[in-house]
Amino acid sequence: MRPFTYARAGDEAAAIRAVSSGGRGTRFLAGGTTLYDLMKLGAEAPERLVDISALPGLASFDTAGPRELVFGAGARMSDVAADSRLVAEYPALSESLWKAASQQLRNMASLGGNLLQRTRCAYFRGGEPFACNKRTPGSGCAAREGIDRGHAVLGGSEACIATYPGDWAVALVAFDAVVDVAGPNGARTIPLQALHREPGTTPEVETSLARDEMILRIRVPATPLGRASTYHKIRDRESYAFALASAAVALWMEGDVVREARIALGGLATRPWRAQEAEAGLVGRPLTLEAARAAGEAALRNARPGHHNAFRIELGTRTVAEALLIAQRRA
Amino acid sequence: MDDKPDGRNDNPASVGRRDLMIGATLATAPFAKAATAQVTATQEGMTGRTEVSLTVNGEAKRLSLDPRASLLDTLREELALTGAKKGCDHGQCGACTVHLDGRRIASCLTLAVQADGCAVTTIEGVSPEDGSLHPMQQAFIDHDALQCGYCTPGQIMAAIACVREGHVGNADEIREYMSGNLCRCGAYAGILAAIQDAASKMRAG
Repeated sequence: MRPFTYARAGDEAAAIRAVSSGGRGTRFLAGGTTLYDLMKLGAEAPERLVDISALPGLASFDTAGPRELVFGAGARMSDVAADSRLVAEYPALSESLWKAASQQLRNMASLGGNLLQRTRCAYFRGGEPFACNKRTPGSGCAAREGIDRGHAVLGGSEACIATYPGDWAVALVAFDAVVDVAGPNGARTIPLQALHREPGTTPEVETSLARDEMILRIRVPATPLGRASTYHKIRDRESYAFALASAAVALWMEGDVVREARIALGGLATRPWRAQEAEAGLVGRPLTLEAARAAGEAALRNARPGHHNAFRIELGTRTVAEALLIAQRRA
Repeated sequence: MDDKPDGRNDNPASVGRRDLMIGATLATAPFAKAATAQVTATQEGMTGRTEVSLTVNGEAKRLSLDPRASLLDTLREELALTGAKKGCDHGQCGACTVHLDGRRIASCLTLAVQADGCAVTTIEGVSPEDGSLHPMQQAFIDHDALQCGYCTPGQIMAAIACVREGHVGNADEIREYMSGNLCRCGAYAGILAAIQDAASKMRAG
Protein backbone atom coordinates (compact mmCIF):
# COMPACT_ATOMS: atom_id res chain seq x y z
CA MET A 1 0.00 0.00 0.00
CA ARG A 2 1.26 3.45 -0.88
CA PRO A 3 2.33 5.44 2.17
CA PHE A 4 0.03 8.24 3.25
CA THR A 5 -0.25 10.79 5.99
CA TYR A 6 -3.20 10.76 8.32
CA ALA A 7 -4.85 13.65 10.11
CA ARG A 8 -8.04 13.85 12.12
CA ALA A 9 -10.15 16.90 11.30
CA GLY A 10 -11.43 19.08 14.15
CA ASP A 11 -14.57 20.23 12.38
CA GLU A 12 -16.22 20.26 8.95
CA ALA A 13 -14.62 23.52 7.82
CA ALA A 14 -11.14 22.34 8.79
CA ALA A 15 -11.69 19.06 6.97
CA ILE A 16 -12.74 20.81 3.77
CA ARG A 17 -9.78 23.22 4.00
CA ALA A 18 -7.36 20.34 4.49
CA VAL A 19 -8.70 18.33 1.56
CA SER A 20 -8.97 21.38 -0.69
CA SER A 21 -5.47 22.67 -0.02
CA GLY A 22 -3.91 19.21 0.11
CA GLY A 23 -4.09 18.69 -3.64
CA ARG A 24 -5.27 15.82 -5.78
CA GLY A 25 -3.97 13.04 -3.56
CA THR A 26 -5.90 14.19 -0.51
CA ARG A 27 -9.13 12.47 0.39
CA PHE A 28 -11.79 12.42 3.06
CA LEU A 29 -11.82 9.29 5.18
CA ALA A 30 -15.03 8.26 6.95
CA GLY A 31 -15.74 4.65 7.98
CA GLY A 32 -13.05 3.43 5.61
CA THR A 33 -14.86 0.25 4.62
CA THR A 34 -14.58 1.12 0.93
CA LEU A 35 -11.52 3.37 0.79
CA TYR A 36 -9.17 1.28 2.96
CA ASP A 37 -10.34 -1.89 1.22
CA LEU A 38 -9.52 -0.40 -2.20
CA MET A 39 -6.20 0.95 -0.93
CA LYS A 40 -5.23 -2.62 -0.06
CA LEU A 41 -6.06 -3.56 -3.65
CA GLY A 42 -4.16 -0.65 -5.15
CA ALA A 43 -7.35 0.68 -6.73
CA GLU A 44 -7.08 3.75 -4.50
CA ALA A 45 -3.76 5.32 -3.55
CA PRO A 46 -4.30 8.55 -1.62
CA GLU A 47 -1.32 10.50 -0.31
CA ARG A 48 -3.16 12.18 2.52
CA LEU A 49 -6.26 11.12 4.44
CA VAL A 50 -8.37 13.57 6.40
CA ASP A 51 -10.42 11.64 8.91
CA ILE A 52 -13.98 12.93 9.31
CA SER A 53 -15.34 9.84 11.06
CA ALA A 54 -15.32 11.38 14.54
CA LEU A 55 -16.91 14.75 13.71
CA PRO A 56 -19.76 15.07 16.22
CA GLY A 57 -21.85 17.38 14.04
CA LEU A 58 -22.23 14.75 11.33
CA ALA A 59 -23.34 11.82 13.45
CA SER A 60 -26.91 12.70 14.37
CA PHE A 61 -30.12 11.94 12.54
CA ASP A 62 -33.75 12.91 13.03
CA THR A 63 -36.59 10.85 11.61
CA ALA A 64 -39.36 12.56 13.59
CA GLY A 65 -39.66 15.88 11.75
CA PRO A 66 -43.03 16.65 10.16
CA ARG A 67 -41.56 17.86 6.86
CA GLU A 68 -38.42 15.88 6.29
CA LEU A 69 -36.11 13.19 7.64
CA VAL A 70 -32.56 14.41 8.19
CA PHE A 71 -29.60 12.05 8.28
CA GLY A 72 -26.13 13.30 9.21
CA ALA A 73 -23.59 11.94 6.74
CA GLY A 74 -21.54 10.49 9.57
CA ALA A 75 -24.37 8.48 11.15
CA ARG A 76 -23.61 4.78 11.16
CA MET A 77 -25.67 2.44 9.00
CA SER A 78 -26.49 0.11 11.90
CA ASP A 79 -27.83 2.91 14.11
CA VAL A 80 -30.07 4.31 11.39
CA ALA A 81 -31.31 0.88 10.25
CA ALA A 82 -32.53 0.18 13.80
CA ASP A 83 -34.38 3.49 14.23
CA SER A 84 -37.88 2.45 15.30
CA ARG A 85 -39.65 5.24 13.43
CA LEU A 86 -37.80 4.40 10.23
CA VAL A 87 -38.64 0.72 10.63
CA ALA A 88 -42.35 1.53 11.04
CA GLU A 89 -42.84 4.52 8.75
CA TYR A 90 -40.21 4.06 6.03
CA PRO A 91 -39.42 0.33 5.95
CA ALA A 92 -37.72 0.60 2.54
CA LEU A 93 -35.10 2.96 4.00
CA SER A 94 -34.44 0.72 7.01
CA GLU A 95 -34.34 -2.44 4.89
CA SER A 96 -31.94 -0.92 2.39
CA LEU A 97 -29.53 -0.44 5.29
CA TRP A 98 -29.85 -3.67 7.23
CA LYS A 99 -29.89 -5.81 4.09
CA ALA A 100 -26.50 -4.34 3.15
CA ALA A 101 -23.12 -5.65 4.32
CA SER A 102 -22.77 -7.24 7.77
CA GLN A 103 -23.45 -5.81 11.21
CA GLN A 104 -19.69 -5.36 11.69
CA LEU A 105 -19.44 -3.23 8.56
CA ARG A 106 -22.70 -1.40 9.29
CA ASN A 107 -21.24 -0.41 12.67
CA MET A 108 -18.32 1.19 10.82
CA ALA A 109 -19.75 2.56 7.59
CA SER A 110 -21.28 6.03 7.42
CA LEU A 111 -24.39 7.01 5.49
CA GLY A 112 -22.48 9.52 3.38
CA GLY A 113 -19.66 7.13 2.63
CA ASN A 114 -22.14 4.44 1.72
CA LEU A 115 -23.50 6.64 -1.07
CA LEU A 116 -19.99 6.83 -2.52
CA GLN A 117 -19.30 3.10 -2.29
CA ARG A 118 -17.47 2.03 -5.45
CA THR A 119 -18.30 -0.84 -7.74
CA ARG A 120 -17.58 -4.48 -6.94
CA CYS A 121 -16.56 -5.21 -10.56
CA ALA A 122 -13.82 -7.82 -10.18
CA TYR A 123 -11.79 -6.29 -13.01
CA PHE A 124 -11.85 -2.91 -11.30
CA ARG A 125 -10.90 -4.43 -7.95
CA GLY A 126 -8.30 -6.78 -9.41
CA GLY A 127 -6.56 -4.42 -11.83
CA GLU A 128 -3.64 -5.71 -13.85
CA PRO A 129 -3.53 -7.71 -16.02
CA PHE A 130 -7.16 -6.82 -16.69
CA ALA A 131 -8.15 -3.60 -18.41
CA CYS A 132 -10.41 -1.21 -16.54
CA ASN A 133 -11.31 2.28 -17.71
CA LYS A 134 -12.47 3.20 -14.25
CA ARG A 135 -9.17 2.20 -12.69
CA THR A 136 -6.87 3.28 -15.52
CA PRO A 137 -8.75 5.58 -17.93
CA GLY A 138 -8.25 4.58 -21.56
CA SER A 139 -7.09 1.04 -20.77
CA GLY A 140 -10.30 -0.66 -21.92
CA CYS A 141 -12.99 -2.73 -20.25
CA ALA A 142 -12.24 -6.39 -19.57
CA ALA A 143 -15.81 -7.00 -18.40
CA ARG A 144 -17.32 -6.39 -21.83
CA GLU A 145 -15.67 -9.53 -23.16
CA GLY A 146 -15.21 -11.22 -19.81
CA ILE A 147 -17.39 -12.56 -17.03
CA ASP A 148 -20.21 -10.04 -16.84
CA ARG A 149 -22.70 -12.01 -14.74
CA GLY A 150 -22.91 -9.26 -12.13
CA HIS A 151 -22.55 -6.32 -14.47
CA ALA A 152 -25.09 -3.69 -15.36
CA VAL A 153 -27.88 -4.24 -17.86
CA LEU A 154 -28.96 -0.60 -17.60
CA GLY A 155 -26.89 2.56 -18.06
CA GLY A 156 -23.71 0.93 -19.35
CA SER A 157 -21.46 2.31 -22.07
CA GLU A 158 -18.74 1.03 -24.37
CA ALA A 159 -16.25 2.14 -21.72
CA CYS A 160 -17.84 0.60 -18.61
CA ILE A 161 -20.64 -1.68 -17.46
CA ALA A 162 -19.73 -1.74 -13.75
CA THR A 163 -22.75 -2.02 -11.46
CA TYR A 164 -23.39 0.55 -8.76
CA PRO A 165 -23.39 -1.78 -5.74
CA GLY A 166 -25.20 0.21 -3.05
CA ASP A 167 -28.69 -0.21 -1.62
CA TRP A 168 -29.28 2.92 0.49
CA ALA A 169 -28.88 5.26 -2.48
CA VAL A 170 -31.43 3.22 -4.43
CA ALA A 171 -34.02 3.60 -1.68
CA LEU A 172 -33.20 7.30 -1.34
CA VAL A 173 -33.66 7.91 -5.06
CA ALA A 174 -37.15 6.42 -4.80
CA PHE A 175 -37.97 8.92 -2.04
CA ASP A 176 -36.66 12.02 -3.88
CA ALA A 177 -33.88 12.57 -1.34
CA VAL A 178 -31.37 15.39 -1.58
CA VAL A 179 -27.83 15.70 -0.24
CA ASP A 180 -26.39 18.85 1.29
CA VAL A 181 -22.72 19.17 0.44
CA ALA A 182 -20.09 21.75 1.32
CA GLY A 183 -16.83 22.66 -0.36
CA PRO A 184 -14.29 25.49 -0.34
CA ASN A 185 -16.69 27.69 -2.31
CA GLY A 186 -19.66 27.11 -0.04
CA ALA A 187 -22.61 24.79 0.30
CA ARG A 188 -25.08 23.43 -2.22
CA THR A 189 -27.87 20.90 -2.38
CA ILE A 190 -27.93 18.12 -4.97
CA PRO A 191 -30.89 15.84 -5.70
CA LEU A 192 -29.72 12.30 -5.02
CA GLN A 193 -30.85 11.52 -8.55
CA ALA A 194 -28.08 13.85 -9.79
CA LEU A 195 -25.33 12.62 -7.44
CA HIS A 196 -24.28 9.53 -9.38
CA ARG A 197 -23.32 9.63 -13.06
CA GLU A 198 -23.62 7.09 -15.81
CA PRO A 199 -20.16 6.04 -17.00
CA GLY A 200 -20.35 7.35 -20.58
CA THR A 201 -16.83 7.93 -21.85
CA THR A 202 -15.46 8.87 -18.40
CA PRO A 203 -16.29 6.00 -16.02
CA GLU A 204 -13.61 7.18 -13.60
CA VAL A 205 -15.89 10.16 -12.79
CA GLU A 206 -18.60 8.54 -10.69
CA THR A 207 -20.39 11.42 -9.00
CA SER A 208 -21.11 15.10 -9.45
CA LEU A 209 -19.10 15.91 -6.30
CA ALA A 210 -15.81 17.75 -6.52
CA ARG A 211 -12.92 16.02 -4.76
CA ASP A 212 -12.99 18.57 -1.97
CA GLU A 213 -16.74 18.59 -1.49
CA MET A 214 -18.06 16.80 1.54
CA ILE A 215 -21.51 15.34 2.09
CA LEU A 216 -22.94 16.90 5.25
CA ARG A 217 -26.39 15.37 5.40
CA ILE A 218 -29.07 13.57 3.47
CA ARG A 219 -32.64 14.86 3.57
CA VAL A 220 -35.77 12.93 2.64
CA PRO A 221 -39.13 14.70 2.24
CA ALA A 222 -41.70 13.26 4.64
CA THR A 223 -44.30 11.41 2.58
CA PRO A 224 -47.34 9.19 3.02
CA LEU A 225 -45.60 6.81 0.59
CA GLY A 226 -43.20 5.73 3.30
CA ARG A 227 -45.27 3.17 5.12
CA ALA A 228 -46.25 1.03 2.13
CA SER A 229 -42.69 0.61 0.98
CA THR A 230 -40.06 -2.08 0.75
CA TYR A 231 -36.50 -2.66 -0.34
CA HIS A 232 -36.60 -6.07 -1.95
CA LYS A 233 -33.11 -7.50 -2.50
CA ILE A 234 -32.40 -10.71 -4.39
CA ARG A 235 -28.97 -12.25 -3.90
CA ASP A 236 -26.95 -15.39 -4.58
CA ARG A 237 -27.19 -16.07 -0.85
CA GLU A 238 -29.90 -14.93 1.52
CA SER A 239 -27.77 -12.47 3.48
CA TYR A 240 -24.48 -10.57 3.28
CA ALA A 241 -24.21 -10.37 -0.50
CA PHE A 242 -24.58 -7.70 -3.13
CA ALA A 243 -27.82 -7.53 -5.07
CA LEU A 244 -28.28 -9.49 -8.27
CA ALA A 245 -31.40 -7.39 -8.54
CA SER A 246 -33.18 -5.16 -6.08
CA ALA A 247 -36.14 -2.82 -6.08
CA ALA A 248 -37.05 0.03 -3.79
CA VAL A 249 -40.78 0.48 -4.07
CA ALA A 250 -43.23 2.81 -2.34
CA LEU A 251 -46.97 3.12 -2.83
CA TRP A 252 -49.75 5.53 -1.96
CA MET A 253 -52.98 3.59 -2.34
CA GLU A 254 -56.54 4.87 -2.36
CA GLY A 255 -58.50 1.71 -1.76
CA ASP A 256 -57.36 -0.69 -4.44
CA VAL A 257 -56.17 2.05 -6.75
CA VAL A 258 -52.60 3.36 -6.95
CA ARG A 259 -52.51 7.10 -6.36
CA GLU A 260 -48.73 7.37 -6.55
CA ALA A 261 -45.89 4.88 -6.97
CA ARG A 262 -42.14 5.02 -6.71
CA ILE A 263 -39.80 2.43 -8.17
CA ALA A 264 -36.00 2.38 -8.17
CA LEU A 265 -33.71 -0.44 -9.21
CA GLY A 266 -30.49 -1.60 -7.58
CA GLY A 267 -27.86 -4.11 -8.63
CA LEU A 268 -28.86 -3.82 -12.27
CA ALA A 269 -27.56 -0.46 -13.37
CA THR A 270 -24.45 1.67 -13.41
CA ARG A 271 -26.08 4.07 -10.95
CA PRO A 272 -29.15 4.12 -8.68
CA TRP A 273 -31.90 3.77 -11.26
CA ARG A 274 -35.29 5.42 -10.95
CA ALA A 275 -37.96 3.82 -13.16
CA GLN A 276 -40.44 6.64 -13.68
CA GLU A 277 -42.09 5.19 -16.75
CA ALA A 278 -42.95 2.08 -14.76
CA GLU A 279 -44.31 4.27 -11.94
CA ALA A 280 -46.56 6.24 -14.29
CA GLY A 281 -48.07 3.07 -15.74
CA LEU A 282 -49.40 2.07 -12.31
CA VAL A 283 -51.14 5.31 -11.37
CA GLY A 284 -54.94 5.40 -11.34
CA ARG A 285 -55.31 1.64 -11.72
CA PRO A 286 -55.82 -1.28 -9.36
CA LEU A 287 -52.55 -3.00 -8.42
CA THR A 288 -53.12 -6.50 -9.75
CA LEU A 289 -50.55 -9.24 -10.32
CA GLU A 290 -50.66 -8.38 -14.02
CA ALA A 291 -50.16 -4.67 -13.36
CA ALA A 292 -47.19 -5.41 -11.10
CA ARG A 293 -45.64 -7.62 -13.76
CA ALA A 294 -46.20 -4.96 -16.41
CA ALA A 295 -44.46 -2.40 -14.19
CA GLY A 296 -41.49 -4.73 -13.85
CA GLU A 297 -41.32 -5.12 -17.61
CA ALA A 298 -41.52 -1.37 -18.10
CA ALA A 299 -38.71 -0.84 -15.59
CA LEU A 300 -36.41 -3.19 -17.49
CA ARG A 301 -37.59 -2.32 -21.02
CA ASN A 302 -34.35 -0.64 -22.03
CA ALA A 303 -32.10 -3.26 -20.44
CA ARG A 304 -29.33 -4.70 -22.60
CA PRO A 305 -27.86 -8.09 -21.79
CA GLY A 306 -24.19 -8.96 -22.09
CA HIS A 307 -22.79 -12.48 -22.23
CA HIS A 308 -23.75 -13.91 -18.84
CA ASN A 309 -26.26 -11.53 -17.30
CA ALA A 310 -29.40 -11.81 -19.43
CA PHE A 311 -31.12 -13.75 -16.63
CA ARG A 312 -31.02 -10.63 -14.49
CA ILE A 313 -33.44 -8.83 -16.81
CA GLU A 314 -36.17 -11.36 -16.01
CA LEU A 315 -34.99 -11.46 -12.39
CA GLY A 316 -35.24 -7.68 -12.17
CA THR A 317 -38.69 -7.73 -13.73
CA ARG A 318 -39.92 -10.22 -11.14
CA THR A 319 -38.16 -8.39 -8.32
CA VAL A 320 -40.05 -5.19 -9.13
CA ALA A 321 -43.36 -7.07 -9.40
CA GLU A 322 -42.83 -8.89 -6.11
CA ALA A 323 -41.73 -5.70 -4.36
CA LEU A 324 -44.92 -3.94 -5.47
CA LEU A 325 -47.03 -6.72 -3.98
CA ILE A 326 -45.05 -6.63 -0.71
CA ALA A 327 -45.53 -2.86 -0.51
CA GLN A 328 -49.24 -3.20 -1.29
CA ARG A 329 -49.69 -5.51 1.71
CA ARG A 330 -48.24 -2.77 3.92
CA ALA A 331 -50.69 -0.12 2.67
CA MET B 1 -9.82 -23.15 20.01
CA ASP B 2 -7.60 -21.39 22.48
CA ASP B 3 -4.87 -19.59 20.58
CA LYS B 4 -2.61 -17.91 23.08
CA PRO B 5 0.26 -15.81 21.82
CA ASP B 6 3.30 -17.97 21.28
CA GLY B 7 6.94 -17.21 21.93
CA ARG B 8 7.57 -15.66 18.54
CA ASN B 9 5.44 -12.67 19.24
CA ASP B 10 6.23 -12.14 22.88
CA ASN B 11 8.39 -9.10 22.32
CA PRO B 12 6.46 -6.39 20.52
CA ALA B 13 9.53 -4.16 20.63
CA SER B 14 11.50 -6.41 18.31
CA VAL B 15 11.49 -5.90 14.56
CA GLY B 16 8.06 -7.08 13.46
CA ARG B 17 6.94 -8.76 10.30
CA ARG B 18 5.33 -5.53 9.22
CA ASP B 19 8.62 -3.64 9.31
CA LEU B 20 10.16 -6.29 7.14
CA MET B 21 7.26 -6.07 4.73
CA ILE B 22 7.67 -2.31 4.44
CA GLY B 23 11.35 -2.86 3.66
CA ALA B 24 10.46 -5.38 1.00
CA THR B 25 7.94 -3.03 -0.56
CA LEU B 26 10.54 -0.33 -0.86
CA ALA B 27 13.15 -2.63 -2.29
CA THR B 28 10.85 -3.78 -5.06
CA ALA B 29 9.50 -0.34 -5.96
CA PRO B 30 10.30 0.25 -9.64
CA PHE B 31 12.12 3.49 -8.95
CA ALA B 32 13.95 2.33 -5.85
CA LYS B 33 17.34 1.93 -7.51
CA ALA B 34 17.39 5.21 -9.36
CA ALA B 35 16.37 7.42 -6.49
CA THR B 36 16.91 5.57 -3.27
CA ALA B 37 17.60 8.67 -1.24
CA GLN B 38 14.51 10.41 -2.51
CA VAL B 39 12.29 7.41 -1.86
CA THR B 40 13.63 7.06 1.65
CA ALA B 41 12.96 10.71 2.33
CA THR B 42 9.46 10.38 0.98
CA GLN B 43 8.91 7.29 3.03
CA GLU B 44 9.95 9.02 6.23
CA GLY B 45 8.10 12.19 5.39
CA MET B 46 4.88 10.50 4.49
CA THR B 47 4.58 7.64 6.88
CA GLY B 48 6.04 9.42 9.87
CA ARG B 49 4.72 7.26 12.64
CA THR B 50 1.59 8.34 14.39
CA GLU B 51 1.11 8.05 18.14
CA VAL B 52 -1.97 6.05 19.04
CA SER B 53 -3.51 5.36 22.44
CA LEU B 54 -5.74 2.34 22.81
CA THR B 55 -7.31 0.59 25.76
CA VAL B 56 -7.03 -3.08 24.89
CA ASN B 57 -8.86 -5.55 27.08
CA GLY B 58 -8.77 -2.98 29.86
CA GLU B 59 -5.07 -2.15 29.58
CA ALA B 60 -3.88 1.24 28.33
CA LYS B 61 -1.47 0.94 25.39
CA ARG B 62 0.53 3.65 23.71
CA LEU B 63 1.85 2.77 20.28
CA SER B 64 3.78 4.45 17.51
CA LEU B 65 2.24 3.19 14.28
CA ASP B 66 2.59 3.40 10.54
CA PRO B 67 -0.71 5.00 9.47
CA ARG B 68 -1.26 2.10 7.06
CA ALA B 69 -1.51 -0.48 9.85
CA SER B 70 -4.88 -2.09 10.35
CA LEU B 71 -6.21 -2.56 13.85
CA LEU B 72 -6.00 -6.30 13.20
CA ASP B 73 -2.29 -6.23 12.34
CA THR B 74 -1.65 -3.95 15.29
CA LEU B 75 -3.35 -6.33 17.71
CA ARG B 76 -1.60 -9.37 16.30
CA GLU B 77 1.87 -8.05 15.58
CA GLU B 78 2.41 -5.13 17.96
CA LEU B 79 0.44 -6.45 20.94
CA ALA B 80 0.82 -10.22 20.36
CA LEU B 81 -2.93 -10.73 20.62
CA THR B 82 -3.33 -13.34 17.92
CA GLY B 83 -6.87 -14.40 18.77
CA ALA B 84 -8.42 -12.19 16.10
CA LYS B 85 -7.64 -13.88 12.79
CA LYS B 86 -6.79 -12.63 9.35
CA GLY B 87 -9.03 -14.51 6.94
CA CYS B 88 -9.71 -12.34 3.90
CA ASP B 89 -8.28 -8.97 5.09
CA HIS B 90 -11.14 -7.29 3.18
CA GLY B 91 -14.06 -7.33 5.61
CA GLN B 92 -15.72 -10.28 3.91
CA CYS B 93 -15.24 -13.15 6.36
CA GLY B 94 -15.57 -11.83 9.93
CA ALA B 95 -12.59 -13.75 11.34
CA CYS B 96 -11.08 -10.45 12.54
CA THR B 97 -14.16 -9.33 14.51
CA VAL B 98 -13.39 -7.40 17.71
CA HIS B 99 -15.37 -4.87 19.74
CA LEU B 100 -14.51 -1.20 19.41
CA ASP B 101 -16.11 0.85 22.18
CA GLY B 102 -18.48 -2.05 22.70
CA ARG B 103 -19.55 -2.48 19.07
CA ARG B 104 -18.45 -5.31 16.81
CA ILE B 105 -16.34 -4.22 13.86
CA ALA B 106 -14.05 -5.75 11.24
CA SER B 107 -10.58 -4.96 12.58
CA CYS B 108 -8.98 -5.67 9.18
CA LEU B 109 -10.83 -2.71 7.63
CA THR B 110 -10.20 -0.39 10.56
CA LEU B 111 -7.12 1.78 10.40
CA ALA B 112 -5.47 1.55 13.81
CA VAL B 113 -4.95 5.31 13.82
CA GLN B 114 -8.70 5.78 13.52
CA ALA B 115 -9.17 3.81 16.73
CA ASP B 116 -7.08 6.29 18.70
CA GLY B 117 -8.68 6.87 22.10
CA CYS B 118 -11.00 3.86 21.79
CA ALA B 119 -11.47 0.74 23.87
CA VAL B 120 -10.82 -2.54 22.08
CA THR B 121 -12.01 -5.92 23.32
CA THR B 122 -10.62 -9.06 21.72
CA ILE B 123 -11.36 -12.72 22.33
CA GLU B 124 -8.49 -12.68 24.86
CA GLY B 125 -10.50 -10.19 26.93
CA VAL B 126 -13.93 -11.76 27.21
CA SER B 127 -13.41 -14.38 29.92
CA PRO B 128 -13.62 -13.52 33.64
CA GLU B 129 -10.45 -13.16 35.67
CA ASP B 130 -11.14 -16.36 37.61
CA GLY B 131 -10.10 -18.32 34.53
CA SER B 132 -13.56 -19.62 33.65
CA LEU B 133 -14.95 -19.15 30.18
CA HIS B 134 -17.43 -16.60 28.91
CA PRO B 135 -20.84 -18.27 28.50
CA MET B 136 -20.50 -17.91 24.72
CA GLN B 137 -17.12 -19.67 24.73
CA GLN B 138 -18.55 -22.48 26.84
CA ALA B 139 -21.58 -22.78 24.59
CA PHE B 140 -19.38 -23.11 21.50
CA ILE B 141 -17.66 -26.06 23.19
CA ASP B 142 -20.91 -27.61 24.42
CA HIS B 143 -22.55 -27.42 20.98
CA ASP B 144 -19.58 -28.45 18.86
CA ALA B 145 -19.75 -25.08 17.14
CA LEU B 146 -16.42 -25.41 15.39
CA GLN B 147 -14.24 -27.77 13.48
CA CYS B 148 -10.93 -26.20 12.43
CA GLY B 149 -11.50 -23.25 14.79
CA TYR B 150 -10.01 -20.52 12.62
CA CYS B 151 -13.23 -18.49 12.41
CA THR B 152 -14.17 -19.17 16.04
CA PRO B 153 -12.74 -16.09 17.80
CA GLY B 154 -14.53 -13.88 15.28
CA GLN B 155 -17.71 -15.93 15.59
CA ILE B 156 -17.68 -15.61 19.37
CA MET B 157 -17.00 -11.87 19.33
CA ALA B 158 -19.81 -11.37 16.79
CA ALA B 159 -22.11 -13.66 18.76
CA ILE B 160 -21.58 -11.81 22.06
CA ALA B 161 -22.38 -8.54 20.29
CA CYS B 162 -25.38 -10.13 18.60
CA VAL B 163 -26.86 -11.03 21.99
CA ARG B 164 -26.14 -7.59 23.45
CA GLU B 165 -27.75 -5.89 20.43
CA GLY B 166 -30.88 -7.94 20.98
CA HIS B 167 -30.72 -9.69 17.61
CA VAL B 168 -31.35 -13.19 18.93
CA GLY B 169 -35.15 -13.19 18.86
CA ASN B 170 -35.37 -16.30 16.69
CA ALA B 171 -33.19 -18.53 14.53
CA ASP B 172 -33.71 -16.46 11.38
CA GLU B 173 -32.71 -13.27 13.12
CA ILE B 174 -29.56 -14.88 14.50
CA ARG B 175 -28.65 -16.19 11.04
CA GLU B 176 -29.21 -12.73 9.54
CA TYR B 177 -27.15 -10.93 12.16
CA MET B 178 -24.36 -13.52 12.13
CA SER B 179 -24.09 -13.58 8.32
CA GLY B 180 -20.92 -11.51 8.41
CA ASN B 181 -19.00 -14.45 9.89
CA LEU B 182 -18.24 -17.25 7.48
CA CYS B 183 -17.37 -20.78 8.58
CA ARG B 184 -15.88 -22.79 5.76
CA CYS B 185 -16.13 -25.98 7.83
CA GLY B 186 -19.87 -25.40 7.89
CA ALA B 187 -20.41 -25.55 11.64
CA TYR B 188 -23.37 -23.22 11.34
CA ALA B 189 -25.89 -25.54 12.99
CA GLY B 190 -23.71 -25.77 16.11
CA ILE B 191 -23.01 -22.04 16.06
CA LEU B 192 -26.74 -21.28 15.96
CA ALA B 193 -27.42 -23.66 18.85
CA ALA B 194 -24.54 -22.22 20.86
CA ILE B 195 -25.81 -18.67 20.46
CA GLN B 196 -29.35 -19.63 21.46
CA ASP B 197 -27.98 -21.40 24.54
CA ALA B 198 -25.56 -18.63 25.54
CA ALA B 199 -28.15 -15.91 24.94
CA SER B 200 -30.37 -17.22 27.71
CA LYS B 201 -27.38 -17.64 30.06
CA MET B 202 -26.07 -14.14 29.29
CA ARG B 203 -29.51 -12.67 30.00
CA ALA B 204 -29.79 -14.66 33.22
CA GLY B 205 -26.26 -13.81 34.32
